[in-house]
Amino acid sequence: MSTHDITLTVDGTDERLTVESRTLLVHALRDELGYTAPNVGCESGKCGACTVDVDGDAVKSCTVLAVQADGSDVTTAAGLADDGLDPVQRAFHEEHGLQCGYCTPGMLATTHQLLAENPDPTRAEIRRALKGNVCRCTGYGSIVDAVETAAERLRAADERDRSNGDPDGRTDRPRAEAED
Amino acid sequence: MFPAEFDYERAESVGEALAMLERHADEDVEILAGGHSLVPAMKTEGREPDVVVDLDVPALDAINALDDRTVLGALTTYATIADSEAVRSTVPLVAETAREVGDTQIRNRGTIGGNLAEAHPGADLPAATLASDATILLRNRDGKREVPATDFFRGDGETAIERGELLTGVRVPHADGAGVAYAKKTHPATGYAMVGVAAVVETDGGSGEEEAGDAGAAGTVSDVRVAATGAVDRAVRLPSVESALVGDPLDSTAVDSAASAAQSDIDADRLRSDAYASGEFRGELLETYVARALETAAERVDGDAPTA
Repeated sequence: MSTHDITLTVDGTDERLTVESRTLLVHALRDELGYTAPNVGCESGKCGACTVDVDGDAVKSCTVLAVQADGSDVTTAAGLADDGLDPVQRAFHEEHGLQCGYCTPGMLATTHQLLAENPDPTRAEIRRALKGNVCRCTGYGSIVDAVETAAERLRAADERDRSNGDPDGRTDRPRAEAED
Repeated sequence: MFPAEFDYERAESVGEALAMLERHADEDVEILAGGHSLVPAMKTEGREPDVVVDLDVPALDAINALDDRTVLGALTTYATIADSEAVRSTVPLVAETAREVGDTQIRNRGTIGGNLAEAHPGADLPAATLASDATILLRNRDGKREVPATDFFRGDGETAIERGELLTGVRVPHADGAGVAYAKKTHPATGYAMVGVAAVVETDGGSGEEEAGDAGAAGTVSDVRVAATGAVDRAVRLPSVESALVGDPLDSTAVDSAASAAQSDIDADRLRSDAYASGEFRGELLETYVARALETAAERVDGDAPTA
């Protein structure tokens, strides 16, 4: 058995920990470090409940070794907002984009990547982007509604920032920026 | 679910990786790229390597579009390939196929090298490499080896890669002006192809003279390559479909007739049969998706890019 000293930045906090080779990122986050937003669902890379943002990409943390993520910047659903709910979280709340909530942290993480890359997605594009996130109670209609609502508000916020003479003002934008 | 214990080593160059493979030649070694086939297999399918060599090699995460070919490094992710303007403009079939792999998260991590080396019978990119007449690039301690895609896939999880070899990339020739398409019946849970068909169609003459109501481009088919994944234990070319098309205009009659030849390329008892689809159903899917891929490819002859 080999162990490894790794560093991660999780929700803005620098973390150091020692992991076994076989430790999965989701277990390092939840069990070693206490970041319990990503949930363990199917454990086989299909349900997406464990999705977190790793260096700007939505990633299923049950399918990545913690040691592979050494040096990465990880954002969990809990780290999306500094204070209160961020626009995506608020839209899921208002549009009833969840029932039991188990899938929600993964939905939020994937939605953040989608809206960073495509601020005005169609409903079909939203469904395509969220294909790897399974919900077993709400059905997807209200989830798609929530993403649409979040997208509208983020675009409106961008518009306000621009008209206030702050072209780079992206205070309400998802953290991940599309790489162009 | 946890993988069994193993030793982990990270290689930061091809040379380092090859040295690790040599050092552990007597052990069960797995190479880790994006990990989206290997890690699930280590959790649930009893893959228990002694050593995992993790490729952290920036030189293999590269796209090199040249005049007549594009070289994709083994560590290029599906998302990078699907979004790359260079790939979309030079080898659009590969971009279109990468876009159909799995889901957002899988495309963010999974790599073309891992996909080809894993040789899952329902994987998408093997079909695209076959239809593109691509070449798989390997390295070992003695140097380089190149294997045509047509000779690379040997069975479920079996390839031409030998012990001590590393898949470093794939070289895809350009097919300027060809119509290309990938048509896939997706397994709704796994994202793999129940059946997927990749087609590249080139025509002579009559370019741009599309007739109303026709299936697509005018002109006669000068060269065509059609490959299927999901149908049998490996991705395969469909020579009977191809030879049925060459020399004729690619209209809907020709497409239907060629598609019906698909099942003569594959013995019925070779068709995969599992809990999701019987062999008989896969045979029907094969015919249908050959026709769909050809119809779309015909519409795109003369360089219309796929609407990826």
